[in-house]
Amino acid sequence: MSNLLTASIGRKLLMSISGLFLILFLFVHLTINSFLLLDGVLGFEEGQLFNAGVHFMGTNPLIKIIEPVLALGFLVHIVYSLILTFQNMKARGPQRYASGKKTKGVEWTSQNMLPLGIAIFAFLVVHIYNFYMKMKGILPWEPAEVEFPFFGLTATGEDAYTMVHETFQNLGIVIVYVIGSIALAFHLTHGFWSAFQTIGWNNNIWMPRLKVISSVVAIILGGGFTVIALAQYLFF
Amino acid sequence: MEKTINLTLKVWRQNGPREKGRFETYKVNNISTDSSFLEMMDILNEQLINENKEPVAFDHDCREGICGMCSLYINGRPHGPDDDVTTCQLHMRKFNDGDTITIEPWRSAAFPVIKDLIVNRHAFDQIIAAGGYVSVSTGGVPDANAIPIPKKDADDSMDAASCIGCGACVAACKNGSAMLFVSAKVSHLALLPQGRVEAARRAKAMVAKMDELGFGNCTNTGACEVECPKSISLSNIARLNREFLSAKLKD
Ligand code: HEM
Ligand code: SF4
Ligand code: FES
Repeated sequence: MSNLLTASIGRKLLMSISGLFLILFLFVHLTINSFLLLDGVLGFEEGQLFNAGVHFMGTNPLIKIIEPVLALGFLVHIVYSLILTFQNMKARGPQRYASGKKTKGVEWTSQNMLPLGIAIFAFLVVHIYNFYMKMKGILPWEPAEVEFPFFGLTATGEDAYTMVHETFQNLGIVIVYVIGSIALAFHLTHGFWSAFQTIGWNNNIWMPRLKVISSVVAIILGGGFTVIALAQYLFF
Repeated sequence: MEKTINLTLKVWRQNGPREKGRFETYKVNNISTDSSFLEMMDILNEQLINENKEPVAFDHDCREGICGMCSLYINGRPHGPDDDVTTCQLHMRKFNDGDTITIEPWRSAAFPVIKDLIVNRHAFDQIIAAGGYVSVSTGGVPDANAIPIPKKDADDSMDAASCIGCGACVAACKNGSAMLFVSAKVSHLALLPQGRVEAARRAKAMVAKMDELGFGNCTNTGACEVECPKSISLSNIARLNREFLSAKLKD
């Protein structure tokens, strides 16, 4: 195993595992975010369900352990994406084809994973600045203490809902979120099936299936985050 | 009825590996649409020789799609505008009267230009030499049913074995990756009992050589599969990943 990670396929394995881990995280994240749209249902008042979700994530010891792993996941994914792309540019060489590239049937996304990744990264910076740094007390934030139902009991915690809601009243921020989510969707239409191909879990039968699942994952995640941002701006 | 066409050719000329190359423009007339692309190149060269100019250097040997020598990048595609054919199998009926055809060598850092349209594909030979074989003599042709092999494995192995090592996959790849070629060579042996024995060692050795020679990391864009004259499937790359990773994990 020693030199696995210095081999091309080993580097790809890291991209693939870190990417799939990030996807898993995004599904959890989207579930909590969907609470933003479930106000007034299930017996919750405005913001209560989301605040309960945030309280759960903020106090759960498991989440505390996962947090640094998640940061590592992003770091590995981004660092290796830069290493791979740099190596690939070198392997390709400086000479371009004067007659261009007219190969048909190549996914556009597969050729633009780095630009799409950079768009996601740019969004991520805005996102962390907007919410994460406030919730972690790095940026000033004085939330009201609110009460909400919590697993049959009543708990008190920070009113995260109001902050998120207010942030999403800014059209500029909403646009950044929509662009970030769309970039994510495109990144995943290729990224998801590519990750399985990299691990070796693919063949002629699974290829079309994985590509369909890829599009579904991309639409759920990219579409989900887009809808939440837009709906908060328009209807809440 | 034989049809003939007149063409303008933009051909990459380069005197040697370290010389600076440039495009030269030539006209060829009355090319039969029944002729092959390389026959058209022969006509161009005859014309150049008659004008006391140096003929264009290009690779070719069998001229029937089995040796893998021909390697021209024609109008934006390796092996030209037709699908699933080598340059030598490309017909002039794919072109129209008055067309301008741009002809370039494969471009990839691991395939440096030797002269004009000829590139050095020795890297592929080195990858094969690293493990693309069965090390013991398997004797003469055995009786067909002496070693039972599932039909699907035999078919997949045969499909992978059809790779002729032309390098179009590398030429088409934005990452300069040789994974389609290496995966075909690893697959056709790994799928058969005679080749299975050394499968783990072979996968590791061939990938190590591929990396050492400076080919890129595959990002599964699939341009190789589209341009491969033998329709080698991307599934072979998944199989190579599987073979390589499980071999490494067992170490
Ligand atoms: C939450 C965000 C992200 C998720 C869920 C994600 C997911 C993925 C997945 C699953 C792959 C496929 C891996 C493979 O082919 O084996 C991938 C590839 C890639 N990602 Fe991301 N990614 C994210 C963010 C980023 C960022 C921020 C960057 C760069 C700044 C980036 C750059 C790339 C590149 C360049 C590739 C192609 C590399 C390759 O296929 O070898 N990604 N991503
Ligand atoms: S995989 Fe196809 S394109 Fe690549 S070397 Fe073999 S035959 Fe040529
Ligand atoms: S010359 Fe042999 S394959 Fe084209």
